Amino acid sequence: MKFTYEVEGNEFIDAGVASSKFKTTLKQLGLPSNLIRKIAIAMYEAEINMVIHANGGEILAEVTPTKIYVRLEDHGPGIPDIDLAMQAGYSTASEQARTMGFGAGMGLPNIKRYSDHLKVHSEENVGTIVEISFDIQ
Amino acid sequence: MKIQQVLNILNGELICGKSELLEDEIDYGYSCDLMSDVLAYVQNNVLLLTGLVHPQVIRTAEMLDIKAILIVRGKKPSEDIIDMANERDIVIIRTTHSLFTASGLLFQQGLLGEEIAHDEIHL
Repeated sequence: MKFTYEVEGNEFIDAGVASSKFKTTLKQLGLPSNLIRKIAIAMYEAEINMVIHANGGEILAEVTPTKIYVRLEDHGPGIPDIDLAMQAGYSTASEQARTMGFGAGMGLPNIKRYSDHLKVHSEENVGTIVEISFDIQ
Repeated sequence: MKIQQVLNILNGELICGKSELLEDEIDYGYSCDLMSDVLAYVQNNVLLLTGLVHPQVIRTAEMLDIKAILIVRGKKPSEDIIDMANERDIVIIRTTHSLFTASGLLFQQGLLGEEIAHDEIHL
């Protein structure tokens, strides 16, 4: 099963709508609640990143019998140094992102921690693709 | 601790939440205004104490399966935030106490804090 979501850029109020919808779908599919929670946290962090750094983008989510795969693609400025962005506490978020409680530099490390597999491809001035997947035990 | 007890201990104002939800148990408290940290450190069934009033507080609670939010310092959530919480069966309680005092009063009555595992994120 495949699901696609459009994420609006700079709509800070609506950031997280796609993750919320996908979480509801996963509950309806009857997946274990611990797994759903991990997916929801990782996808929400990645969706917030798309909104605050990259003016939105597209999300493809796929459910198979053995895994959940989520691909987030944006056409933002890209991440110049992925290793640096992966470090806890490193952030380039705006003041507006901070007023809603984000920008602590915990997003990517937290996505890595909750997902079973994480790949980040990024090119400056082209965009970023974040792929996260979760194994169904 | 039941959510109803939180309301009683703080003499708080119930902003939203059906009466049956107040019978739900919470295991720990977590006090924080930074949602990034809430997402990174909350592992258990907590009451979230915060002075941040923003729709992303409700979304953060939703992702973490948090059942109740205690808003401190007398801040008032907007109707949009209340509607979001109601749709997700999340209880909101408001208190005029500071974050420190609200946390302390609940701790004094036996609600322990969520212990965080820094080693997992290498801070």
